[in-house]
Amino acid sequence: MSLLRSIASEFQKVFTTRMWWLLALLLVGYVLVLAGGFGAFLGWAVRNPDAAAATGGNTGVPPGTELAPLIYTFASSIGYVFPVLLGALAVTGEFRHRTLTPTFLAEPHRSIVLGGKFVTQLVVGAGLGVAAFATSVGSGAAALAAFDFDTGLDQGDTWALIGRGVLAMALWGGIGVGLGALVPNQVAAIVIVIAFTQFVEPILRLAASFSDVTASIGRFLPGAASDALVGASFYSIMSTGSSSSLDWWQGGLVLLGIAVVATVIGGATTWRRDVT
Amino acid sequence: MAGGIPIMIEGLTKQFGPVTAVDDLSFTVEPGRVTGFLGPNGAGKTTTLRVLLGLVRATAGTATFGGTPYHDLPRPLETVGTALEATFHPGRTARHHLKVYATAAGLPAARVQQVLEMVGIAEFADRRVGGYSLGMRQRLSLAYTLIGDPGVFVLDEPINGLDPEGIKWIRGFLQALAREGRTVLVSSHLLSEVQQSVDDVVIISKGRLIKSGTLSSLELEAAPRTIVDSPDREKLSEALDEAGLAYTEGRGGFIVDEHDPGVVGRAAFLGGVELSALHRLKSGLEESFLTLVGGGEE
Ligand SMILES: Nc1ncnc2c1ncn2[C@@H]1O[C@H](COP(=O)(O)OP(=O)(O)OP(=O)(O)O)[C@@H](O)[C@H]1O
Ligand SMILES: [Mg+2]
Repeated sequence: MSLLRSIASEFQKVFTTRMWWLLALLLVGYVLVLAGGFGAFLGWAVRNPDAAAATGGNTGVPPGTELAPLIYTFASSIGYVFPVLLGALAVTGEFRHRTLTPTFLAEPHRSIVLGGKFVTQLVVGAGLGVAAFATSVGSGAAALAAFDFDTGLDQGDTWALIGRGVLAMALWGGIGVGLGALVPNQVAAIVIVIAFTQFVEPILRLAASFSDVTASIGRFLPGAASDALVGASFYSIMSTGSSSSLDWWQGGLVLLGIAVVATVIGGATTWRRDVT
Repeated sequence: MAGGIPIMIEGLTKQFGPVTAVDDLSFTVEPGRVTGFLGPNGAGKTTTLRVLLGLVRATAGTATFGGTPYHDLPRPLETVGTALEATFHPGRTARHHLKVYATAAGLPAARVQQVLEMVGIAEFADRRVGGYSLGMRQRLSLAYTLIGDPGVFVLDEPINGLDPEGIKWIRGFLQALAREGRTVLVSSHLLSEVQQSVDDVVIISKGRLIKSGTLSSLELEAAPRTIVDSPDREKLSEALDEAGLAYTEGRGGFIVDEHDPGVVGRAAFLGGVELSALHRLKSGLEESFLTLVGGGEE
């Protein structure tokens, strides 16, 4: 009962400030440009390989690759940073604005509050996922259709991929909550999200792909696990070691594990501190 | 409304690292009365209240509502209304702020509008709190205390930032709550700020209890003094000496250790001194408060 009330309250918290639509807008814009743009560029380059080579544009896409999944999954492969940010802000914002006081007065069981945030951000992450995939599929399919490529929208596999992508976005929301609970300082949490997703992890994944041993470790990196869950992605096609990636359900479990472990550790440490 | 429950602080100690903020503190706050929780800055008032509300963990001792810690109250917002230092998300409106917590506590959404009207901020309720004045924020804090119609009120410096009208309103409001049988604990670092509205006082300093009792018992200790002045101060001092009255010379005249101005007047009359002032020193209570807590600043 109190968990349900806490979830309802956390939903209201998300939707009564402007951050959610700001991030949703950025996400949609980002995915629109990349999925639509790359869709058009790849479509053109594959159709006109000579012209593409002449302009120095090497797509790096092996011949025979299906373009549709590659373009659609931009939604999660570049968009996952948004649910993480929103999830982290849901926790760090309480510290920053010192609203833990009214929050814990209304619900003194702190684990219920954190549980409510976790569930809420899973759902919000899924919502962002739906928005992102609607954008990538909409703009990507339009671009592909313009170059007379198969959009794949009549295939169950494509829709399964989209479903897994939405699930990945949901789990990233949970990871955000865990990160916020571990690092309650808002600025620090944001810096960690940006630095890790944009620099640290891509470099680690690239470095890990150079040997078999590191590659088998590297596939447990959250971004790699996420790509494994979703399936095709720009990154996994770019890196040669795509054969070593996890199964989709393993990828999902890795993401869920990171989210739960981070939230539980944060919940047992910073979340239990004195609120002064 | 839930009935008023006593607040019970027993052997409470709280240490922040090397700092002992609250030191073996015990007192009880009775229902049906307004209790002033007084002490100079840093005395440990806020810390005591935060321990009571389960926000800060006690190092030793207990702080309960009739034996039940806040954490174990089945319906906390309907039992205790709390206003600590006003904290809000600046981007959220007052109405949404209250709604978020009403939802968490399972309270009907209709309460939000009611309490907004009770504290007089209904017309600003759809503005973001970031643009609120200090007094409006204080009123929003008070709205939060009222949302569950609780039997116990815990208010930390609620008068800070209110305009004179707001101060008058809150004083009457606190007394009305107490008359309905509720428990009202209100902290302040100034006795004069709450003097007119409290029935009981709990005075602490450096985390320790200095005094707890009724306001009138403090008034007795206050030993009000008399101010007397004359165009001829020399003659007046002779007259006071003659009558055996102890006094000190202040800027506005002599401060006599005597609560009855009549006695001083008679001494002057017997000495044939013309008086330009004769009245009771009004700040006796505040002074005795300052004496109790060690002169305030050191
Ligand atoms: N989080 C904290 N960490 C370290 N020391 C603290 C902390 N909170 C309070 N203190 C210390 O505890 C003591 C009591 O502080 P508290 O805020 O309870 O006093 P107060 O009576 O409310 O004062 P004021 O009238 O200024 O509000 C002070 O010495 C303060 O510095
Ligand atoms: Mg204080």
